[in-house]
Amino acid sequence: MKTASKEITAMSLVKAALEKAHQHQDEYHIFTFLNDANAIKKAAEIDEKIKNGQPVGRLAGVPYALKDNFLSPEGETTASAHILEGFTSPITATAVKKLEEEGAIMIGRTNLDAFAHGSSTENSYFGPTKNSKDLTRVAGGSSGGSAVAVALDIVEFATGTDTGGSIRQPASFNGVYGLKPTYGTVSRYGVVAMASSTDCVGFFAKDPADLDLLMQITSGQDANDLTTLPDFYNSDTSGFDDPVKKIGIVKDFDNDAVAPAVRKALQDKIAELKANGHEIVELSMPALKYALAAYYIIVPAEVASNLSRHDGIRYGFRSEDAGSLQDLYGHTRNEGFMPENKRRIMIGNFVLSSGFYDAYYLKAAKARTLIIEEYDQAFEKCDFILTPVSPNPAFKLGEKVDDPVAMYLEDMMSVSLNLAGVPGLAIPVGQTEDGLDLGLQLVGPRRSDAALLKFAAEMGRQSSSGSTADDADIMGGND
Amino acid sequence: MSKKYIPTIGIECHVQLCTKTKLFSEVDNDARLKEPNTCVSPVDYALPGMLPRLNREAVSYAVRAGLALNSHINLESRFDRKHYFYPDLPKGYQITQMYQPIIGAGYVELPDGTRVGIEHAHLEEDAGKLSHESSYSLVDLNRAGTPLVEIVSDPDIHSAAHARDYAKELWRLMTYAGVTFGDLYNGNMRFDVNVSIAEEGAKELGTRAEVKNLNSFRSVERAVEYEIKRQTKLLEKGKKVIQETRGWSDATGETTSQRSKEVAADYRYMPEPDVPPIRLDERVVEAERAKIPKMPADYRQEFSQILGADTLEILLDYQSLIEKLDELGDHAAVKKIANLFSSVLLAEENASLLNDELPTKDQLLTLVEMNTKNELSSTATKEVFLKFFDPEMHFKDTRTIAKELGVIQENDLGALEAIVDAVLAKDETKQAQADYRAGQEKVLGFLVGQVMKESRGKANPSAVQEILRTELK
Repeated sequence: MKTASKEITAMSLVKAALEKAHQHQDEYHIFTFLNDANAIKKAAEIDEKIKNGQPVGRLAGVPYALKDNFLSPEGETTASAHILEGFTSPITATAVKKLEEEGAIMIGRTNLDAFAHGSSTENSYFGPTKNSKDLTRVAGGSSGGSAVAVALDIVEFATGTDTGGSIRQPASFNGVYGLKPTYGTVSRYGVVAMASSTDCVGFFAKDPADLDLLMQITSGQDANDLTTLPDFYNSDTSGFDDPVKKIGIVKDFDNDAVAPAVRKALQDKIAELKANGHEIVELSMPALKYALAAYYIIVPAEVASNLSRHDGIRYGFRSEDAGSLQDLYGHTRNEGFMPENKRRIMIGNFVLSSGFYDAYYLKAAKARTLIIEEYDQAFEKCDFILTPVSPNPAFKLGEKVDDPVAMYLEDMMSVSLNLAGVPGLAIPVGQTEDGLDLGLQLVGPRRSDAALLKFAAEMGRQSSSGSTADDADIMGGND
Repeated sequence: MSKKYIPTIGIECHVQLCTKTKLFSEVDNDARLKEPNTCVSPVDYALPGMLPRLNREAVSYAVRAGLALNSHINLESRFDRKHYFYPDLPKGYQITQMYQPIIGAGYVELPDGTRVGIEHAHLEEDAGKLSHESSYSLVDLNRAGTPLVEIVSDPDIHSAAHARDYAKELWRLMTYAGVTFGDLYNGNMRFDVNVSIAEEGAKELGTRAEVKNLNSFRSVERAVEYEIKRQTKLLEKGKKVIQETRGWSDATGETTSQRSKEVAADYRYMPEPDVPPIRLDERVVEAERAKIPKMPADYRQEFSQILGADTLEILLDYQSLIEKLDELGDHAAVKKIANLFSSVLLAEENASLLNDELPTKDQLLTLVEMNTKNELSSTATKEVFLKFFDPEMHFKDTRTIAKELGVIQENDLGALEAIVDAVLAKDETKQAQADYRAGQEKVLGFLVGQVMKESRGKANPSAVQEILRTELK
């Protein structure tokens, strides 16, 4: 990552990023807020430090884009939802704090599906973000804005959250790397909650080495998030150092629901891995077919619960049209939430309601346990698993937004990782004949994040269509 | 011919724990005397993205509360979310323990030996407080997030008096264990009573009504009494009791319907994903067990032969007094001091003294000794006892106080005889002496009074009486 130095000022980095951001904003609608004044001020501060020979962080002057569901006092934190309009946070999310302590400079907040509910960024109250390769297509979601900001080289990295694919799918739709870490690796403190048991903070970048650095900086146990794991992230992956890897292929995913271009991309990558001496292991993971159903019970239940706090009483939007407490709640939430938010709230409340809890929620929780066990068993047979991220490349804007089930099916290959808590990395693997980006996901056992990144870097190196040029020092930067 | 109905009562009690900070945030948990909304963190306020942090002190207090209830402590327990919309509940859900509570089955023994089973008790957070004005309501979140232990009894209670005894005993157990301030007026303990009645011999319990939010032992007793009467009347008229929540008014002495359970909220419980399960080490339980002091049942066993049940029960309301008695050791001393505590210290006019430091063991034992040796009359004993609470005197030893008050009795026989002789030599006593000799017992009192006067109150009256009887034979 290009950091500020005596030769390259933070100001020049920030100004270039802001300029590009403004230039692309109208067309792609990437940002919900551009942080010009604060960013310029911070850049000046870093340049001053460098000039005076004072120490600066590992991300000194690096401009980045922040998904608009991370709390920070810079700009409103809206989660692209009407109901949070006008909300400026007094709190800074742990992940943001750690990035800024290292000198990273937030140049803008990126668009998402409201409250991260969606796979296309079309559920944003502020309108959709466009795909970086085709303006008629979706950016993917929910972290669509962040993926496009990195794909268009506005910033070298952007933050995301992944509850069921919200980092990996937009990454694959826009040809960048996107990491969903092991559940509990990066603190969720200060991130607008979608589903507590599956939400993960992660990143977009064009280089796995950058993701490694970001993980070194942001991972770690946080007293403010009881679900964070004890510190484990370590770039030293010597335990995983056997250069020959066993790569699992899930045959249950190889069917007609997957677009030919995606299947071909997977086959090509398998052939390449074999050619490079890696071993391919065919896996049968029958429980994964329940992942989508289990996910769309557990996640809406947590969503309905986590969104209960948005009641118009203490912050954000409040309906003017309310004569009683019941109306205040009803009208505020009716006017403030997007249709997809309401759909998930209703599903969630339904599956939790008395008489249905055992049939839905409890059954889904059992399916989840099976999925966890199935991953554990799979990783006894292989080091990593390679699958498509989603069955299709980026689809047309408006194509699925009115068909929730079709939209949910986009998540069929990504959600099981969130249920199991295992890490997944979307890796760019080329393009379709129409020039649309294709991505695959590399899945590892829990806590294998650093090894996953290292192997992805190697794959990039070994690939004839490899994206990065000077990646000899790919895992550099660790000390 | 009226049928006989048997009431069955179960009680839920919310106990606010007196931890330093709230259950899931690090702000001050003691909101007494604080301005509204000044003890509120972003977590309590339910800002987006905020996550609960678990207060280990609250967990320890819950363990101790459980031990005070003779309960099994569950080494693994979990939190759940209970959902409802109300402005006193910022998150839209309360974090509670629905499925795996920290405190399992136990029992409470009432003063008369009756045992009331504890079904379970769980840890949860309190809600805020609303004050309703004419056209708006005000929300105070100081209390939101205060740790509570909710103690759920078995339906083992069958009278209003026992309901009251149970409530009071719970209050004693929780305050003795030191897990709550126990200030009922400020809502530190709140009781919900479930009352049903059924015909004697019926196999099933009747339909129950729940009276919520009672904050005194008296209101627990009165509300239960009222419910038993109300439900009996309904059944006698051939009507049905509706399962519902009712409110209690101290002013009218009546319960009134609040909402029917049939249309009650569905709380949509689900496991709390933001707080991992509590896993306790057996050592934590033992550490809390070590902090449990002697409890009312221990004192009942210890003092039942020495003190009357009434006195004992009164004193058991004051842990510091009963502990002081326990410190004395000597049975006779315990009895005397217990009487001073109950008749003097607990007299209404001395109520303020209870806030002061109690006399030391030495002060009390010397007081008992001087009283036993007739150096202090019972009046003088009370007088000295009260001086133990006097800011000018309390640090002095008993004998010094008695001397300064000039109330030590003259017991020396020679000296007393001299005084008696002097009195008998006086003209004004001659007639009385003659009357006594003539058989008028009553005048002895007059003569004793004269001697007391001569001794300026220091003579021991019973000794004086003896001398007079001998001299006037």
